[in-house]
Amino acid sequence: MSENTSTTAIKLCGLTKTFGHVIANSDVSMEIKKGEILALLGENGSGKTTLMNMIAGIYYPDEGKILIDDKEVSIGSPRDAFRYGIGMVHQHFKLIDVLTAAENITLGENGRLDMKKTVARIKDICDKYGFDIDPNQKVYNMSVSQKQTVEIVKVLYRGADILILDEPTAVLTPQETEKLFKVLSNMKKDGKAIIIITHKLNEVQEISDRVAVLRQGHYIGDLITAETNAQEMTDMMVGHKVELNIDRPEYKGEKVPRIVVNGLNIRNEEGIEKLKDVSFSVNSGEILGIAGISGCGQKELLEAIAGLQVVESGSIKYIDENGKESELVGMEPLDITELGVTLSFVPEDRLGMGLVGNMDLADNMMLRSFRNNSTPFTDRKNPHELADRIVSELDVKTPSIETEVRKLSGGNVQKVLVGREISNTPSVLMTAYAVRGLDINSSYAIYDLINQQKMKGVAVIFVGEDLDVLLQLSDRILVLCDGQVSGIVDGKSADKNQVGMMMTKLGGEDKNNEE
Amino acid sequence: MFDFLISFIPRAVGQGIPLLYGSTGEIMTEKSGNLNLGIPGVMYVGGIAGVIGAFLYEQGGNVIAPLAILIPLLCSLLGSLIMGLIYCFLTVTLRANQNVTGLAMTTFGVGIGNFFGGSLIKISGADVPSIALSETSAYFSKSLPFADKCGWFGKVFLSYGFLAYLAIIIAIVCSVVLKRTRIGLHLRAVGEDPATADAAGINVTRYKYVSTCIGCMIAGIGGLYYVMDYACGVWSNDAFGDRGWLAIALVIFTIWRPNVSIVSSIFFGGLYILYMYLPTGMEHMEVKELYKMLPYIVTLIVLVITSMRNRREDQPPASLGLAYFRESR
Amino acid sequence: MKNNHEPLFHVVKRDELSRGKGILIRVVAIIVALIFCGIITVALTGVNPISVYGTMVTGAFGSVRKTWVTLQNTAILLLIALALTPAFRMKFWNCGGEGQILMGGLASAACMITLADKLPNAVIIILMIISSIVAGAVWAGLPALFKALWNTNETLSTLMMNYIAIQLVAYFTVVWENPKGSGKIGIINQNSNIGWLPEIANKYLLAIVVGLIITFFVYIYIYYTKHGYEVCVVGESYRTARYVGIKVGKVIVRTLLLSGALCGLVGLLLVGGINHTITTTIAGGQGFTAIMVSWLAKFNPFVMILTSGLIVFLGRGAGEIATVFGFNQSFSDILTGIILFCIIGCEFFVTYKIKINKKEGEGNV
Repeated sequence: MSENTSTTAIKLCGLTKTFGHVIANSDVSMEIKKGEILALLGENGSGKTTLMNMIAGIYYPDEGKILIDDKEVSIGSPRDAFRYGIGMVHQHFKLIDVLTAAENITLGENGRLDMKKTVARIKDICDKYGFDIDPNQKVYNMSVSQKQTVEIVKVLYRGADILILDEPTAVLTPQETEKLFKVLSNMKKDGKAIIIITHKLNEVQEISDRVAVLRQGHYIGDLITAETNAQEMTDMMVGHKVELNIDRPEYKGEKVPRIVVNGLNIRNEEGIEKLKDVSFSVNSGEILGIAGISGCGQKELLEAIAGLQVVESGSIKYIDENGKESELVGMEPLDITELGVTLSFVPEDRLGMGLVGNMDLADNMMLRSFRNNSTPFTDRKNPHELADRIVSELDVKTPSIETEVRKLSGGNVQKVLVGREISNTPSVLMTAYAVRGLDINSSYAIYDLINQQKMKGVAVIFVGEDLDVLLQLSDRILVLCDGQVSGIVDGKSADKNQVGMMMTKLGGEDKNNEE
Repeated sequence: MFDFLISFIPRAVGQGIPLLYGSTGEIMTEKSGNLNLGIPGVMYVGGIAGVIGAFLYEQGGNVIAPLAILIPLLCSLLGSLIMGLIYCFLTVTLRANQNVTGLAMTTFGVGIGNFFGGSLIKISGADVPSIALSETSAYFSKSLPFADKCGWFGKVFLSYGFLAYLAIIIAIVCSVVLKRTRIGLHLRAVGEDPATADAAGINVTRYKYVSTCIGCMIAGIGGLYYVMDYACGVWSNDAFGDRGWLAIALVIFTIWRPNVSIVSSIFFGGLYILYMYLPTGMEHMEVKELYKMLPYIVTLIVLVITSMRNRREDQPPASLGLAYFRESR
Repeated sequence: MKNNHEPLFHVVKRDELSRGKGILIRVVAIIVALIFCGIITVALTGVNPISVYGTMVTGAFGSVRKTWVTLQNTAILLLIALALTPAFRMKFWNCGGEGQILMGGLASAACMITLADKLPNAVIIILMIISSIVAGAVWAGLPALFKALWNTNETLSTLMMNYIAIQLVAYFTVVWENPKGSGKIGIINQNSNIGWLPEIANKYLLAIVVGLIITFFVYIYIYYTKHGYEVCVVGESYRTARYVGIKVGKVIVRTLLLSGALCGLVGLLLVGGINHTITTTIAGGQGFTAIMVSWLAKFNPFVMILTSGLIVFLGRGAGEIATVFGFNQSFSDILTGIILFCIIGCEFFVTYKIKINKKEGEGNV
């Protein structure tokens, strides 16, 4: 380790921040050293992002102080943060679509605009740390991983010595994550202080020097990564022991195909091929996991089954309990729902599709059922009862069912969404990113819900990001790669590396060390 | 045909210049994410403020060249700047709804224009419902010195007052600023995504204020040009009409490009006055009224066509119409 | 503590504001606005402010007739605001009320002029009702169709439709000119009263009654019907709407047909019931004012009775000031503008509060 390790880069003393009645951070004190990678660990809603936003000048603390190089500073804006050498890569990228990478990187600088010089400096930084981007590419043409690279380069370009990364690996493939970690250790060697927010314990162990844990807005303590283990970290994070294993109960009934997809081709609005000749089937009483890097066609696949996507060619057959076949391609979403095929799709912003943020819980329950009477008026009683039931059965934390959904935390929003979909007694349940951004307890609650449905004989399609979860939860896993079926593997015997390779290379043929 | 064009083009330009000012101003405003539907009001205020300045100056007697131009111009700029500040204070500082604020600005601005216009008419004691500021206006509408010696060329290109050329220069400058400078880059960023711009350390509030106020001032000169040059210094209430709305339509027509606006505004100006060129003494003079629809129908068609084509580069600034609050959660 | 960049205050969002406090803030804003208007009026006239406000009240309620006119104008403005409201709940910025009213009025006028003497009066009135509603609906339906098919910006397309409607009315004004050369249509069927809507009790009450009926109708429509629910979902998110099987395009067009139909109805009332003639300015900018009425009421139909009443009171009050003190009528626009600015601005204090950073409080705890 270099001689920098001993000096403190940034010190937080008693930081407190409240939003209305919600205390996001309470009296948090901690420090980060130069040349150190600190993993900031905590359940969802434990205040990690808020804390980092205060350092980055997005929020202003209600109380407490921040010390940089032992001097007290006031960070009132992101510009102040830049001045003190603090740069943050947010979970949702702060890039402007219609500008190029270089324009985005130079954004906020002073002086004459000289794109040639900017591009040259960007290339220098890329060479130094091992990034790979085209500075003149427009951001709306970029993949998620490319966008993230632009974000990191931007922060370095602005001369940051303290880097904050908010869940950087959430959107990356294992291979991309590896690349990122390599870059991070290069930066660490360069004496930069790096804070990385994450949920994934294996990544914490792989990359960090030290772990700091937040729980419900409070600072719990820190651990030297080399001297701890996953169990200890989890305990600190949740406060009590949790079982790390996900159940995979075996369905006792007969497994028959529910959805049969054959030769499905889809082009998106821009005419780009998103799915190529996709064929598979889902059986009753099983969970079919779908793995793939983001943008490889999972979204289009689910939307096609739900009737929300225009299908170019191919067929999607639904077979009900009595063996009656119906062709879903060309059917209206409403009719598909009435067959019992439901989609609980949780997009990046969680509220984007299944729920209406500005409506209360009860009104959101009505989204599915408001047509269920013959008068022109809506029925308000049943949705109220359903909302009450979901709140009590799934332990949704909300002031009342008249609370607007956007005011709930992520986990509770997802419980409401999944709860409503399940209340429809579906025969096919599709869910995407059901646990994205959720803490461990909420995640398990969702897994339980999904397993219960499976045991009732429902065919479940589960699109997930975390391979560990997919491997533990799914009976079979369909791996998509660039819109094509890369392979279907058995959940019990599949190996993580193998699936990871299949996600990036069709059929995963590069796997030379397969057993 | 040629003779027709020679007489038609200068009039189309005369009609087009206020629209060019208005649309250039509105483009600068919209690029910062502010949809200012108050532009019609701002242009009224720009016009009447200039008229008040000119009126008071003429009352004092002794009209001389630089002041005759400077006083109305500065008054006009000041008037529209105040309008811009009101709009910004409400929508940026107080984060009010932009549509509603803009419409209130239009009510207010048109009211100001007609009220002070009416008062001046009363003070001047004229027997027609208008005020004529022929002396100062003469300086505004003075064409380039050798215009009448150059035949048709002079008529088409050199016969306008200096504000017409200024409009074109301003449009070109705005275009270059938006495309090539850091300020332009930052402004575009603010209009696309203020949260990102903020995170990059750009002072969103300042950019919104400055670009909206400058936009209003540019639009205000449009009102001034209309009275002092096009209308030869004659202010009559409601004469400016709906040109402000047409300027807003032009912004869409030009897909947020001030340089494109130069040609398009003249085209619009032409459409606006096409009805005057109908042969007189026709049996059905009411058809005239239908010709006056042309600019609106054309805008509507362009609006529909651009939305049909749906190109990424042709879309409005992404945050247009939305207030920005940093700590929104 | 010598921090150079300590902000003096910062703005935070309020959690939940009690209803009473919300009303208080708005009342204060109106009082501030009135004081402001008083100052400006006094500065221009030199009379004492009390008599200025007194004049305003006299202008609006000074006589039985004035009171009726105020109520009638309120009803008309309220009706337009109600018409626009379903569209606004869908976040469809219908700025085309003006044009939709004109088209409704034009259709009524057309029936009155061309069918007089040809059909019985009752049939003509029925045809007027149908044609004005259809005309208004078509005028709003077109931009809605563009929006539904290609996501065309509705603020701008409805604005353009206004001017096309104005020119259409101008065209027919020349066609139906009466007497020739006057440049206007004049009172239609002045002697026969054909196509004049029947009066209830007096000539003002009809609009008021229709206004109240439509208030109830719109209230129930937006809060208690399936259509209203769909409108709200579409307004929040197209994706969600599509996901639950709501046909977004259909809802947009349907809602705007309703919106336009109600505007058309206002046109009918203005032409057939109140003015008995049509001009290009018959809507008098109320299509725009109604946007503010609806917005200020947070799209609640019953609150709109208050906001439209307020705006009409101000307009008539300011008009009276103008008459009494010899200003032109545009003075009322200025006062209305100022009052609107104050009310628009006060919404900030309803949504946000300002926190002053106390220096001593720093570093404690």
